[in-house]
Amino acid sequence: MEPEKRSILGTEPVLKVKKRKKFTKDQWMAILFLSPSIIILGIFVYGFIGWTGYVSLSNWNTIVPDFSFVGLKNYLYLFTDFRFQADLRNTLAFTILFIGLVIFLGLGLGILLDQKMVRGESIFRNIFFFPMALSFVVTGVVWQWLLNPSTGVNLFLEKIGLEPKWYTDTTILASFQWGKIEFGLPVAIVAVVIAAVWQMTGFSLAMYLAGLRGIPDELREAARMDGCTEFQLYWKVIIPLLKPITMSVVIMMAHISLKIFDLVYAMTGPGANFVTDVPGVYMFETTFRGNYYANGAAIAIIMLLSVAIFIIPYLWSSRRGNA
Amino acid sequence: MKKFRMLFVILFVFSVFLTACNNSDESSGTDDSGEETSSKLEIFSWWTGAGEEDGLLALIELFEDKYPDIEVENAAVAGGAGTNAKAVLASRMQGNDPPSTFQVHGGEELNASWVAAGKMEPLNDLYEQEGWNDKFPQDLIDMVSVDGNIYSVPVNIHRSNVLWYNKKIFEENGLSAPTTFDEFFDVADQLKEKGITPLALGDKEPWTATHVFENILLAKLGPEDYGKLWTGELSFTDSKVVEAAEIFAKMLGYINDDHSSRNWQDASQLVANGEAAMNIMGDWAKGYFVNDLQLKVNEDFGYVPTPETDGYFMVVTDTFGLPKGVENPDDVKKFLSVLGSVEGQDAFNPLKGSIPARIDADKSKYDEYGQDAMADFSSSTLAPSLAHGSAAPEGFLTRVNQAINIFVTQLDVDQFIDSLETAAQDL
Repeated sequence: MEPEKRSILGTEPVLKVKKRKKFTKDQWMAILFLSPSIIILGIFVYGFIGWTGYVSLSNWNTIVPDFSFVGLKNYLYLFTDFRFQADLRNTLAFTILFIGLVIFLGLGLGILLDQKMVRGESIFRNIFFFPMALSFVVTGVVWQWLLNPSTGVNLFLEKIGLEPKWYTDTTILASFQWGKIEFGLPVAIVAVVIAAVWQMTGFSLAMYLAGLRGIPDELREAARMDGCTEFQLYWKVIIPLLKPITMSVVIMMAHISLKIFDLVYAMTGPGANFVTDVPGVYMFETTFRGNYYANGAAIAIIMLLSVAIFIIPYLWSSRRGNA
Repeated sequence: MKKFRMLFVILFVFSVFLTACNNSDESSGTDDSGEETSSKLEIFSWWTGAGEEDGLLALIELFEDKYPDIEVENAAVAGGAGTNAKAVLASRMQGNDPPSTFQVHGGEELNASWVAAGKMEPLNDLYEQEGWNDKFPQDLIDMVSVDGNIYSVPVNIHRSNVLWYNKKIFEENGLSAPTTFDEFFDVADQLKEKGITPLALGDKEPWTATHVFENILLAKLGPEDYGKLWTGELSFTDSKVVEAAEIFAKMLGYINDDHSSRNWQDASQLVANGEAAMNIMGDWAKGYFVNDLQLKVNEDFGYVPTPETDGYFMVVTDTFGLPKGVENPDDVKKFLSVLGSVEGQDAFNPLKGSIPARIDADKSKYDEYGQDAMADFSSSTLAPSLAHGSAAPEGFLTRVNQAINIFVTQLDVDQFIDSLETAAQDL
């Protein structure tokens, strides 16, 4: 409708008026419909982040609220706390293993499916994607049963002489002492990583499959004409082209792994010697069992900051990309 | 554009519809509350498991028979040892929306939190009116009192210093239940030689290990010094505490390998099916043995007080109080009076597997273990349990559980005593 009119009149002023009118009306509608959620978001997300930050600087460490200002005391306590140091180590180990495996497996399976190396693609796609539909709590409970040292997969492993202790193992591989705690890879965290990877690989598979489908055949043909082997084709052409997808998967997985709570809580809890403890679980127990509200708030703020380290550069780069 | 307009209209209608729904909900809500909230009695607990829920329902039934016009709402929140319920309760209390009455362990869990926060009504007149002051043991009344004001009514007693053992294993090997730690280690060595796990532990939730440790503490310190730990009169660096920690460390050398993947029921099960010989646990384990595993008292399993605690009774008591600001305090008091009556306690406890808090309850309603425990309860010195929140505030307990969790793996006595001492600064 509008373009026709414009072509008849073809003058700037009309266009301007039209534009402004349309814009304000849209804006009006947008404000009307967005404002409730913006207000709610403002109060219940940003307001409460601020409130948590405020509590984390207070002395509220009993059931009776006490808002006297103590500065960074709660934060200082955490960084000298054995449990929190263990949490940081575990989170680091978990994040690296989890993101690495999700990307590696998602990409690998995506390439296999894309290559038509396997028949019945949709069946496999569904098989890998279904775990996504479960909640982490369910995954945690199921894998807890599977990896329990005296049941599940271990009954088979026992027959061939292996008796892995999975999530009850307290050894820390490649360990070195720093501060109060042993750094390295806690073996028990691997059990949690297996469950988390099982759940999230479907997501990265779907992302990569979509990405692979988006790469035009001409490009592959051109590379092959230039004498690329299949391996070189993937390594030098296709995987670099999938970089934006890898970025999104890393961001998605990083925020899941840094604030993970439900999976660990359902599957192992803190674990002996805190080998599977994560800040989320510590925060929950400190705040809602110990009534150390200020300490809990400090843990929550540290978790927020750790996620922000990943998210903010991403938001920054995507904003630049849009502009 | 047209499409968008359509969308807006739909959204608008939908949102109007939603708000309308909300309104009608609210208005019907106020209709209800206008008539009924004043007489609705909300009983908040974490009793949703097999025996405990039966006990609670029996109690509610008894109450409804007596006061048919008061509507009761059973607001139980599931979760072992009240972990979820306590979080729900905390948010409701802080939001000034208390339940009519709620389950709370007698001792510091009640006193250091809700009473200290000024959220509870004293119940002295109820005690006088019902003549309870000499029906409950004085030690117990002291546990639920602050500065002479009584704040809750105990409904049951659990003993938490009990050593359970598999009778068949002990008979087959010609052993008798240990009463001292020397005997314990002697027995444990013999069992270990035969390839039987001497002591079952399931510390997936660390309170079970804390539970064992507090038993040893009580044995080594005696009720009086044990009590001084929580008031700061006795330091955790005391040589007897160190000795207790050393015994605990030695004991941990006799436990099952997979302890950190088991909870207390899984550990009790090891004793029940003969894979382990002994288990230190509260007498809710008896309920589990008898009700869930169909074992017979003194036939399949036996019990003695934890070594060197004969004559002491580590108490875990569930109590109910009256929060400030409830709409129907008189109805709540009616419920509390049923809860504290002989009839109420005898309706509840045989099903829950605990013993009555009153000393004049009907002994014939309880099994062999229950009768033994009742006799011990009236003759022993009572001591509050740390692991179950009676001896010290929840915050301190959280710190102790953390220290225990590290200790069970590292077995570093010095570091353990150190972290207990640090935690004690919060007491």
